[in-house]
Amino acid sequence: MKVKVLCRNPDDYVRETTRDIQRVPRNYDPTLHPFEVPREYTRALNATKLERVFAKPFVASLDGHRDGISCITKHAKSLSTIISGACDGEVKVWNLPRQECLRTVQAHEGFVRGICSRFCGTSFFTVGDDKTIKQWNWEAPGYGVREEPINTILGKAVFTGIDHHQREGTFVTCGQTVDIWDEQRSSPIRSFSWGVDSFSCVRYNPVETELLASCASDRSVVLYDTRESAPLRKVIMQLRSNTLCWNPMEAYYFTCANEDYNLYTYDIRHLDVPVTVHMDHVSAVLDVDYSPTGREFVSASFDKTIRIFPKDKGHSREVYHTKRMQHVICVRWSADNKYVLSGSDEMNIRLWKANASEKLGLLSAREKAATHYNKKLIEKFQHHPQVRRIARHRHLPGDILKQKRELREMREARRRKEQNVRKHSKPGSVPLLTEKEKHVVAVVE
Amino acid sequence: MLVFGFWTTKICNTRNCFNKIVLIALFSLTFHCNGFASIVCPDLKKILTKFDSPSRWFMLGKKCKVPAGARERLKEAIAISEAMSEHAQKQAARYDLLLPEDAGFLEGDEDEDTNTISQADIADAVDITSGSKYFNLHLSQFGPYRLDYSRTGRNLLVGGKKGHVACIDWQTKDLKCEMNVMETVNDVKWLHTEAMFAVAQKRWLYIYDSKGVELHCVKKFNDVLRMQFLPYHFLLATASATGFLQYLDVSIGKEVAAICTKMGRLDVMAQNPHNAVIHLGHPNGTVSLWSPNQKESLVKMLCHRGAVRSLVGKDKIGDTALYMVTSGLDRKLKVYDIRAFKPLHSCFLPAGASCLSLSQRGLLSAATGEIVQVYQNVLGSNPVSKPYMAHRLRGQIWGLAYCPFEDVLGIGHGEGFTSMIVPGAGEPNFDALDTNPYRSHKQRQEWEVKALLEKVQPELIGLDPGQLSKVDQASFEQRHKEQVEALGFDPLAKDKFKPKTKKKGRSSAGAIEKRKRKVAHEDQRDEIRQSVQERTEREKELKEKSNEKKLGNKSTLDRFRK
Repeated sequence: MKVKVLCRNPDDYVRETTRDIQRVPRNYDPTLHPFEVPREYTRALNATKLERVFAKPFVASLDGHRDGISCITKHAKSLSTIISGACDGEVKVWNLPRQECLRTVQAHEGFVRGICSRFCGTSFFTVGDDKTIKQWNWEAPGYGVREEPINTILGKAVFTGIDHHQREGTFVTCGQTVDIWDEQRSSPIRSFSWGVDSFSCVRYNPVETELLASCASDRSVVLYDTRESAPLRKVIMQLRSNTLCWNPMEAYYFTCANEDYNLYTYDIRHLDVPVTVHMDHVSAVLDVDYSPTGREFVSASFDKTIRIFPKDKGHSREVYHTKRMQHVICVRWSADNKYVLSGSDEMNIRLWKANASEKLGLLSAREKAATHYNKKLIEKFQHHPQVRRIARHRHLPGDILKQKRELREMREARRRKEQNVRKHSKPGSVPLLTEKEKHVVAVVE
Repeated sequence: MLVFGFWTTKICNTRNCFNKIVLIALFSLTFHCNGFASIVCPDLKKILTKFDSPSRWFMLGKKCKVPAGARERLKEAIAISEAMSEHAQKQAARYDLLLPEDAGFLEGDEDEDTNTISQADIADAVDITSGSKYFNLHLSQFGPYRLDYSRTGRNLLVGGKKGHVACIDWQTKDLKCEMNVMETVNDVKWLHTEAMFAVAQKRWLYIYDSKGVELHCVKKFNDVLRMQFLPYHFLLATASATGFLQYLDVSIGKEVAAICTKMGRLDVMAQNPHNAVIHLGHPNGTVSLWSPNQKESLVKMLCHRGAVRSLVGKDKIGDTALYMVTSGLDRKLKVYDIRAFKPLHSCFLPAGASCLSLSQRGLLSAATGEIVQVYQNVLGSNPVSKPYMAHRLRGQIWGLAYCPFEDVLGIGHGEGFTSMIVPGAGEPNFDALDTNPYRSHKQRQEWEVKALLEKVQPELIGLDPGQLSKVDQASFEQRHKEQVEALGFDPLAKDKFKPKTKKKGRSSAGAIEKRKRKVAHEDQRDEIRQSVQERTEREKELKEKSNEKKLGNKSTLDRFRK
């Protein structure tokens, strides 16, 4: 007879010395691993709960300004420096890791309306209520030397925004008209205007560097090409847009922050309908900035919260608020995709984590693997009601919650009324408009 | 309290005294799943056939259906996830080649039957360590013994009916604890680790430490006859003489469910390891399936003409079917496919089997009186009438259990305990992250914490454990209906085809009509399909109504029914 009985040599299964790691033989046979789906579901539930437990997004608050903060800009080359301008004309340069102010400059009399840093990282420009454009050095002057701008340009009217080209030495300002300046000249090389009396924001496209967009006070967003002599086209909406931001990864998308509590993402090729309408704020949206990956953006609103939206979804994935943070005027996403900076009315700049439950610092390989696994589990089971309920839950301050409910009721009432009107009128006379189509008034070439 | 001192094990030479049975061909234990290999990749097929490894388990070809009106994003997402899942399966399949151990086997010579080979011969033919796995414990004083192996297979718990309870590390013969509880012991069961075990004594359920210290006396669980432990749910299911099926969560110590089965004394109990459903056998020949979420049984099957004596449930390696083997007083041994609730085949035993047990590799052992017979390939579609191995003992057999990951069958009987070598019974390769017989203290601690974190809630126990991964069509339709009502139009409805107006004279009226006609047949087909569906539904309803009228309970109040 031929016989073989299962016999294991313990030397193959037990470690040799206590200094070795343990031996872990594996067998991926599914019969040895029953209940795949329920166990994964339990793990997903645990992962969601832990993510909420570890969601502590607030990192630090930078105080020192003596008036509300009107604009923040990142350094073009360094991750640790930012510069902020306040409503009393002060401009401060901050070091983020040490959370201290490196340098203070009294740049303007009146508001600092816009700051932008030059692409080489050696200087930055500021514009203010005193109708000047000033160019400053990033490095502080030596001991005893007075703080002086490299260059000052006097304009005819107040400038409300400034942005610099990605590669060349030109910058654009907006105020009464959109002007393109060369750094060496003291008068604009080209001026665009389209019968509008003021512009609130202008931005260069980071990918297609010859395109520009600006928000005008006639409730429109105007597109320009610096190679052309006249503006390209504009899209007119129901309410005015405060700021806009181009998607750094996709050349043809930009998002504008509107007064009607929404943000609209447009494709410049089809301006008649926005690609997405992002609705979640309960008051006017004041600022928007994209993450360097181009997949998410952060928005600051008059309702004392900042929200993070995925670029293709209509609702926010995250909301940050504090009792101490009042109306948030400006917001920026740091260039390493990890932090969000918000500057608000009560003279503080706050540093938040972009992923609230992320562990900062260097993670070991096992920690990284565990984080990835948990994230994937949550994504896999995101539609299950229990998991969704926990993952979606965010605490909101009382007035924002009340305002949200009120807005929802108002929208419901409007919709019901429209339905009734449609029911009782001639079929086809009241057209069905989707949510996206409702907000655009006209596109003018 | 009687205390036993030190007992020695005796390896007895049993004599075989079986009649010679006609030889039939033995199937090899390895089998191919050719369909799988060709789906995955042709090279893999070559590798697998070359190494003759059982490609056992892959849940393949389960491509999910892309719904007809799906958007681009959904199609992309499905395609991506299917590609990733296939890749993962391929990687896992390739790991099969690295498994260190092979299964055991027993092949007789040309004219020799394997069931005539005695245990002593096998023990002599193999090496010393394997030979020492055949041993007897002579414990004739304290009644027939029930036994349980722990999940890792290292520790063995024996409980005699007259009160003797002992736990042993059976490989090193190291006695962990031994005591006499001074009461009738109906059943013994290990809990999730070797630290605790449960003993169903005459009146109540007791939980002891591995040193024999009594930890709990659970008075809510009275007259327990049988117990089953569900390892991934940390539930101890108990069947009592009063007809109650109770579940105890051993991690938090709470009773999860107490179900009054109303089916009399519950003597026969088994668990299905695939979906944690409890099977109970009844004196009227029925087998009922229970989960802690319902007060009624999930399924009731009529299996035997007499009482059901024992049953055991299993999922088969390499197949997606679930099997249940039952034996009854009508001397039949039946194999059922539990997914479809269909009998597969039945065979006749000269005496009904009082105990049944299935090993990890599908060997069935049936105990009748003093004889244990082991059958091979019972779970396949071809019935096997000849046993693979047989063994005769002295003493009425009271308990049977296979040791996980070892080629050993433990038998508890009236004269004590016997450990029998059954080559090919145990799974050769264990997964150390699941159950590791060679785990250290630290590893056991880590495993316990992880297992407790992953503990599945009892609400998820049902006939289909993978139900959470299925698409919930019903609630989607409900939500869609509500959405249509709220909005006033159907956002998912397809727009009617509007042909594009082309330039350069290509959009004359005739050309537009031609283009419309190309697409028109699709819309027509949809309409026809819908109308046909409605018609068939209406016809079905009419038929049912007419059937009711024909057969139905005619009562005098029928004329008032609308």
